[in-house]
Parts: sequence; structure tokens; C-alpha cells
Amino acid sequence: MMKATESFVPTAEKGRVVTIAERESAILPAEKIRSVDLRASFGATEVLKGITLPILERQVTAIIGPSGCGKSTFVRCLNRMHETAHRATVAGRVLLDGRDIYRAGIDPVAIRRRVGMVFQKPNPFPTMSIAENVLAGLSLTGERIPHRMELVEKALRQAALWDEVKDILPRSGASLSGGQQQRLCIARALALDPEVLLMDEPCSALDPIATARIEELIHELGDHVTIVIVTHNMQQAGRVADHTAFLYMGELVEYGPTDRVFTRPAEQRTEDYITGRFG
Amino acid sequence: MNSRKNSVDRIALPGRRKITDLVVRTLCLVATLLALVPLLSLLQFVIVRGAGGLSWDLLTQLPRPVGEPGGGMANAIVGTLVLVGLASCVGIPLGITTGIYLAEYGHTRTARVVRFSADVLSGVPSIIVGMFVYGLMVVTMKRFSAVAGGVALAILMLPTVARSTEELLKLVPTSLREAALALGVPRWRATLRVVLRTAAPGIATGVMLAVARAAGETAPLLFTALNSRFWPTSLDRPIASLPVQIFTYAISPYEEWHRQAWAAALVLVALVLILNVAARFFVRHRTDAR
Ligand SMILES: Nc1ncnc2c1ncn2[C@@H]1O[C@H](COP(=O)(O)OP(=O)(O)OP(=O)(O)O)[C@@H](O)[C@H]1O
Ligand SMILES: [Mg+2]
Repeated sequence: MMKATESFVPTAEKGRVVTIAERESAILPAEKIRSVDLRASFGATEVLKGITLPILERQVTAIIGPSGCGKSTFVRCLNRMHETAHRATVAGRVLLDGRDIYRAGIDPVAIRRRVGMVFQKPNPFPTMSIAENVLAGLSLTGERIPHRMELVEKALRQAALWDEVKDILPRSGASLSGGQQQRLCIARALALDPEVLLMDEPCSALDPIATARIEELIHELGDHVTIVIVTHNMQQAGRVADHTAFLYMGELVEYGPTDRVFTRPAEQRTEDYITGRFG
Repeated sequence: MNSRKNSVDRIALPGRRKITDLVVRTLCLVATLLALVPLLSLLQFVIVRGAGGLSWDLLTQLPRPVGEPGGGMANAIVGTLVLVGLASCVGIPLGITTGIYLAEYGHTRTARVVRFSADVLSGVPSIIVGMFVYGLMVVTMKRFSAVAGGVALAILMLPTVARSTEELLKLVPTSLREAALALGVPRWRATLRVVLRTAAPGIATGVMLAVARAAGETAPLLFTALNSRFWPTSLDRPIASLPVQIFTYAISPYEEWHRQAWAAALVLVALVLILNVAARFFVRHRTDAR
């Protein structure tokens, strides 16, 4: 099962740390994240059953798979959000720049700073204004924010929301439309300048126009941020992702360049899923 | 056959449904009116009997000895405010913190014990709380005191504040908490600045209800704050309060005191009403401000 994975990622021996020299000489981009035999459970139920998967730097990686296969759980393990759920546990390793984020003494809060997250349902803070929402990551941790308005504008521009909200910044974040709220949440994550952005079905609540805007955004961000996007939409994966991983019942079935996974899947199950024979 | 039965049903149903609807609605209305009867007649009773005794003196004068006409219960009004203030200073922060604990760590065994204790405590008759504080503070301090009264009222407020805070915090969607955590906000800050902040208007209502209830308690004060005929001077002295003053005057044989007791009852009801309305106004104001 793992054969397909490894044949397409030459630098990807289990758990090996990629040196800087190797990174620079390699044709493929460096690995930003690598999960190694990652297992996640809710109580006694194991939901992820040993997933080893590289996430390449400054690339967009799509996670696809039928509902309930563990896509959300997987991305939530990459920024240590999984363990915030009740009775949720993690085993295995997740290497961020080659260092395990689950090793003893690591502060999950610091990891979440570097690995931002956008949720399926837009979740702006209803008690905060649009501007305050953008700065929430900084203000809630009690940090001093030197150039507030510059930062707000920059993040909102990055999230392609600035023109729509520049005159209503003091209004509540909850007063925006769903698509605008989602972009506000993206801006909120971007204001922290994350190295990695995890997006869990960011477009599932949005109409085609808002979806197109967010996909455009993913393209632009892809140049300097590593992106992992969970999606149910095959076309979307095809449009935005450089690499695609197919999960099925908590296991990684296939991983490779998006074109290849979609046109010449190595696994029968991948082909069945992509062609809509199940899931 | 089947389809005919269906079509008959379809014609017959709306009429029947309308009647059922009407009956149920009427029953609900009647029940509501019945429930309102005691409340409204109580209010009417207090207003009718109390309005006659209301005077500027009542609100500004100290009580006079038996036989001397006039006098008031200004000290009791101040005393009630002092006692409720004391109780709030202890009960509200403690209750809210307990509620946060229950909402955040609700799955642990300790939390279950705390929650159960809070539920039991809210069912304990207030006179027993008074006796407890009597044994704890009055006996050891060798005197009745405002502090003891405040503590007794705080204990009575505690379970209400804690449980309503817990319930309201649980109503805040997990997605907001997760949003804060995913931004790298430490958990305690996420709880205080996002979850508690979002639930604040509701918690304020719960707190106000607890405060209003404490303001009207009599039994626990009989053992703790006792009563006094003078202005409150020190928190470790007995202190007058409206409920206790009403109680004392009402069971006395003097006509003048009976009149004053009714007037004091009206003042107390008004005080509680003001607290309630203030809470509601505060909540509406905060919600609109969004
Ligand atoms: N809080 C939870 N407690 C217990 N089990 C859970 C919990 N959340 C998810 N699960 C289980 O974990 C499995 C994986 O869930 P996950 O949310 O990762 O799936 P998913 O691939 O994201 O699905 P979807 O496409 O529907 O979002 C599911 O079988 C689900 O039943
Ligand atoms: Mg999901």
C-alpha cells in the first residue's frame, strides 16, 4: 500500500530528516511536514491507522477521501488541535521542519502559531469587529500590535476581502456573508504569518463565486505558504493542488502529484473513489 | 382503497388539526394565566397594603422605639445593600470560577463531585445554611455580624451562579473555542477572552437572578446578621436588613409596625424588581451593541 507513496517521493524514507544541502539540490521542494506512522484515536476507537505522508514546502497538498475516513482528524493532528477534543489521543510523529511536534517539552500553542488553520464552517468571533477579528490571534495572546491598521489591511488584502470590508471595519465579524466570513477567517490566520495553512473543506459552505475567490487565493498563497487542503470536490483538488493524498478508512491509500493520481491512479480504490463508484 | 382513505384523511385532517391546535393553545393560555394569578395578586396585595405606609421618613429615618410614631428603616435598606454587596463580592467571583471549571473540566471525577455538591447545595433550605454559618462564624467570633450574613447569602448564591455559568459556557459553540486555540491562544486565555466573553450577557442574567434571590432571604440572616436599630458602622457588628426588619415588625403586636412592615415589603419587592430590570436592560444593551 505504501509503495505508491514512496515511489513518487524520492527523499521520503520514513522519518529521515532532510538536510539543508539535500533540500537545495533536490528537484522536488523540501518537506515542510512529514507524518510518520501517525495514529489518532477518540477514546478506544483508532481513527487514523498509521499514516506516513510528506507535505512539501510551498506546495498545495489536497487530502481527499470519503466522509469519515479521517481527513479532518489528520489535518488536526498537524497543528496539535486533535488533542483538544474530548478523549482524543495521538501516537506516532509529525515532523515540522524535521522536528517532531509531539516530542516532550513542545508547547502546542507555539506549534499552532506556525501552523494556521481554517475550519469548514466560518467561525469569526461574534463579539469582535472585523478589524479585531483579523488581529485576534495577536490581541488574544496579549501581544503588542505596533502597526494595527497596516496589518489589518495586509491580511485582508491577502484574503481578497479588503475591498469589500474596508469601509465597515468596525462592524461585527458575524455581520458578513458566509463567504466573506470564511475569507475573514483566512485573513485572521494569515495575520499571524503562518508557515503552513491547514484548510479543512474551506469552501463547503460557499457558493461557486466565493469558492472561486478562495481557490484563487490558495494559488496566490501557494507561493510562500505551505497549504494542506481537505476537500470533497475532485475538481477543486485538481484545480488547486500540486499533490493529492487519498485516505480511506484511516489509512493512506495513495499519494502523488495531483495529475498522476487523477489520471493514472495506482490503486483500484483510488480510481473507484475518483470516478464516483463509492463515497 | 388506500388512496381513497388517504384522500379522505387529507380533507378531514386540516379541520381536526385546527381544532386540536385551538384546544392546545387555549389550554396553554389558561395555564399561563393561572400561573400569573398568584404573582399578580401578590404584587397587588403588597402594593395596596404597602403604599399607605410609604413615606420619605421610611426611606431616610432610623427606627423609633415602640410607641413613638414615625421613624423608618433606612438602616435596613442600607444593610440589605451592604449584605448583598458582601455576598456578591464573595459569591459571584467564586461562582463564576466554579462554573468555568465545571464547563472546562466537566468530564473529570472531581468536576462531577463539584457539580453534584452544587446541585445538593442549591436544594438545601436556606435556614440550614444560616445555622451552618452560625456555627462556623458567629460562635467562633462570639458575635453576630454583617460578615457572617454576607457569607450565608454568598453560600446561597454560589450554586445558582456556578451552574448557570456552566450551562451558558457550554452553549458557546466549540467552533469559537477551536478558532481561538488554532490561532495559538493558550487555553485559559481562549476561555476567558472568547468563551466567557461570548457568554457574558447570559451569565449576567443568571448572576442578577441569584443576587435578587439573596436580597430577599430572611432565614439565614436571623442566625448571622441578626438585626440592629442603628446605622451600620462596622462589618463585624450585627446589621439590619429589610427581610429581617419585615419579619420583626410583622410578628410584633403594634399596628404602626405592621404598616411599616408592609411598606418595607414594597421597598424590597421594588429593589428586587429594579435589579431584574437592570439585568435585562444590561443584557439587551450588550446584545444590541454587537
Ligand atoms: N469528537 C469525536 N468523537 C468520536 N469520534 C469522532 C469524533 N470526531 C470524529 N470522530 C470519528 O472519527 C472518524 C474520522 O472523522 P473525521 O472528522 O476525521 O472524518 P472526515 O474524513 O473529516 O469526514 P468528513 O468528510 O465528513 O468531514 C469518523 O469515523 C468519526 O466518526
Ligand atoms: Mg471533516
